[in-house]
Amino acid sequence: MCVSMYSAVWSREETTERNYYTRYHNMSEITAWMEQMKRENPDVVSSMVYGQTYERRNITLLKIGLSSTVRKKAIWMDCGIHAREWIAPAFCQYFVREILRTYKTDTKVNEMMKNLDFYITPVLNVDGYIYSWHNESTRLWRKSRSPGTGGCTCYGTDLNRNFYANWGMVGVSTDCCSETYCGTKALSESEAWAVTDMLGKMREDILAFLTIHSYSQLILVPYGHPNISAPNYDELMEVGLGAAKAIKAVHGMDYTVGTSPDVLYANSGSSRDFARLIGIPLSFTFELRDKGEHGFELPEDQIQPTCEEAYAGAQHIITYTHDKAFYSYAATVTATLWTTLLAAWVSSAILLTIICMYKQVK
Amino acid sequence: MGWTLLILLVVLTVVHGNPTVMVRTGSGPTVGFDQHPNSVPLGEDIQTTTEVVEEVMTTGVLNPSHYPARRAATVVQHYLNTRYGSPYRWIFLSTVHSGSAEVGVEVEDQHTLGSVSGQCSAELFFPGGEGQSAPQVQASCEGLHQSNTTAQEEAFYQQHRASNNLVSGNNIPDSYGHMEPSMKPFWQLGGVASSFIMLRESNESTLYNMAQVANFTQLETEKDQLRFNYHVLLHEMISQEIIHWKLLVTWSPEQGVQVLQTELQPKCHHCEAPPNTTN
Repeated sequence: MCVSMYSAVWSREETTERNYYTRYHNMSEITAWMEQMKRENPDVVSSMVYGQTYERRNITLLKIGLSSTVRKKAIWMDCGIHAREWIAPAFCQYFVREILRTYKTDTKVNEMMKNLDFYITPVLNVDGYIYSWHNESTRLWRKSRSPGTGGCTCYGTDLNRNFYANWGMVGVSTDCCSETYCGTKALSESEAWAVTDMLGKMREDILAFLTIHSYSQLILVPYGHPNISAPNYDELMEVGLGAAKAIKAVHGMDYTVGTSPDVLYANSGSSRDFARLIGIPLSFTFELRDKGEHGFELPEDQIQPTCEEAYAGAQHIITYTHDKAFYSYAATVTATLWTTLLAAWVSSAILLTIICMYKQVK
Repeated sequence: MGWTLLILLVVLTVVHGNPTVMVRTGSGPTVGFDQHPNSVPLGEDIQTTTEVVEEVMTTGVLNPSHYPARRAATVVQHYLNTRYGSPYRWIFLSTVHSGSAEVGVEVEDQHTLGSVSGQCSAELFFPGGEGQSAPQVQASCEGLHQSNTTAQEEAFYQQHRASNNLVSGNNIPDSYGHMEPSMKPFWQLGGVASSFIMLRESNESTLYNMAQVANFTQLETEKDQLRFNYHVLLHEMISQEIIHWKLLVTWSPEQGVQVLQTELQPKCHHCEAPPNTTN
């Protein structure tokens, strides 16, 4: 097992730390890492348990942002809704580390940390993830770990078919042994319920929703149902294509952008669709590397480049979202101010004219 | 439903925005790059073109970033591997463009890590109907033979043909995506062998990749062919299922890869670990 060595730009301590982000980590390690992030950055990082898995484990997110006295807008990111997609939690960890590493020196990141809070769930499907680490034969587990019902002896529901978003309509199976089993009903799974609950509480504040998967190198926009279009489809595509361009600039990798029915397959009950349905304007699924050569078992020496490019893509979306919210708002305020001033000037001009004319008439 | 779907891969043939599509009949060498992709050299071709145009227009123009093109291209990838693959040549699709497309060929060999780009044009035919039969593919490629893998293949063959040291391996790649360098040719051979099944099993609603070689065991060499039992895991994207197959595979530099037997393994519902796994 080779761990890549990096150039002498990094000091030994940093090299050690950097090597951490080029390996996959099990749930205990990720939990310990979350504690470490809080400990090392107490003024910007806090954590929140917002639900329980079937096996009664905590579902935890990190809330990252400069503290503020006023209510802040938010960016949501979750990873590991499908257990076998190990590169996704690796990316969430990388993303957190990167914004923490750069927010003090990078003015843009600093501005975003000031105006936004990032809500990042490194592993959503905790039970499934742990199960996929159990041994080689469980590595390719996808679903949750709730038991089947009604005489079906298989385990697990596909969490990304379990949300209340055209639930059960297309791209799902009603066979509990199937990998795309959508559950006995929408939100039958406590993990899906936890996300739904959080998004419901925060929905006015969330500007963008990113859910991270692998593989296929895609950026998917809502909706998964072929006959339903998001009202801001054009905007979603424009921002998505911008993200794909940013990704390609890093290591030359192509990510295809489109709705799931267009570029992958139709599906329903996804978290991305639910987010868009409740009004979060920018909602994307990232499918990271590769295109099938290794698939879910992406080699560790590809973690770094994959995370670098995905980070660029995510930042494009987040920057757009941020600027739209904060610069447009400022522009609106400024415009209102000028309009008011202009109106005041015009009305006073008119008044003066009338008075003058009156005087003249008189 | 007895309908058939003719899909053309967008190499040098589909013109962006123009609904006419050119058919390449036969499996001759690819037209050179200097020739305009729209040119129709022979009178015969015009007739064939018209038929196909009607059919393609009823089914829609192929958008290279949409799923039908991607699925078709993957099927062609599997086909190319059955024709050209070896322990030192496992072909992967790179991109499908509109206008002038590239089906990239990644050729791995022991000494150079790098990919060699090749361009292929192909015709693909999914037969519909009751008896599910394999898709029919005709393809021709340029640049595929640029990387000479003969030396490595010969050395590998000589190394393993004597039956006194039969090789075996499992979990290639492992959970972390790693494999021993010595296992890599066996991984690639497994991928090429899997291509036979993936090709056979493909239809418009599937997208197959090999997820892992669960295990392989070398058997005694017979008739100058290296022989292996393989247990492979295939990932089917649309259903997201992991499908287990057992294969009996032979290979030699002259004969190429052949798959003599295939056996679908049942999805093991009773192999589940007890729910109280802790970490």
